[in-house]
Amino acid sequence: MKRNTKLLAVLGVSTAAAMILSYLETLIPMNFAVPGVKIGLANLVTLFLLIKIDWKSAAAVTAVRVLLSSLLFGSFTSLAYSLAGAVLSLAVMGLLKKTERFTALGISIAGAVSHNAGQVIMAVILLSTKEIAYWLPVLIVTGTVTGLAVGAVGALLVKKIDLKL
Amino acid sequence: MDKKRIRNDLILLASILLAALAAWGVLKLAQRPGKYVVVEIDGKTSAVYPLDTDLRLDIKTEGGHVNTLVISEGRAYVESADCPDKLCVKQRAISRTGETVICLPHKLVIRIAGEGGVDTVS
Ligand SMILES: [Zn+2]
Repeated sequence: MKRNTKLLAVLGVSTAAAMILSYLETLIPMNFAVPGVKIGLANLVTLFLLIKIDWKSAAAVTAVRVLLSSLLFGSFTSLAYSLAGAVLSLAVMGLLKKTERFTALGISIAGAVSHNAGQVIMAVILLSTKEIAYWLPVLIVTGTVTGLAVGAVGALLVKKIDLKL
Repeated sequence: MDKKRIRNDLILLASILLAALAAWGVLKLAQRPGKYVVVEIDGKTSAVYPLDTDLRLDIKTEGGHVNTLVISEGRAYVESADCPDKLCVKQRAISRTGETVICLPHKLVIRIAGEGGVDTVS
């Protein structure tokens, strides 16, 4: 197969996988008082593509996933929160990847934390209430935990799956 | 090379956690005992109640939705709500400045204001 065709196929499968993970995430009840505490399962796909292929592929699949899953399982408001989180975490993960100084774990943790920070920033804007910043410490800590878990699985996938692009 | 990158990961993790701790400390230090309960819907203040007077009332939000606010023994909380996630009901009762109970689906923010009155915090 030509490289482009194969890349397209990989991105298609990745988008499908990301959608499934997003859906699974909606099934897991997160009984935290603070909104925005999520595992970020779908970030697994973003992380994988970022490390395995490039930033553009990761960004494209993430954009499609965020739009589609907000349409299917969310609302306009949830789209705004997801987008804010996705944009910030993509930017941070892309930058860290570029330095080549961090492993998948470090990139994933920074991604999860900045995802949560993006959501808090969006909440401050949408509700024009800066007190929401009080959630930030909690969301930073939960972000490191979920980022670590997702990063560990991501590192394993990066090692085991050979794309041969 | 990989050892170095793992070390960098750890430094990154430590800095993130330190930042969280610092943010938490700063926010805690800035808190004062509250005086008023401020109800904001969609970014606009809709009502203010004294924190020292017990009260139970239904706050009507967008689209005829309801969050039941309770003020009791100097603390405010949402007792029940018809929002899908019920996160506002799970949030802790609030009594100090800067603390909030927030219902994202209803764009409702309940926050505590201090001595200086209500307008000092926008
Ligand atoms: Zn609610």
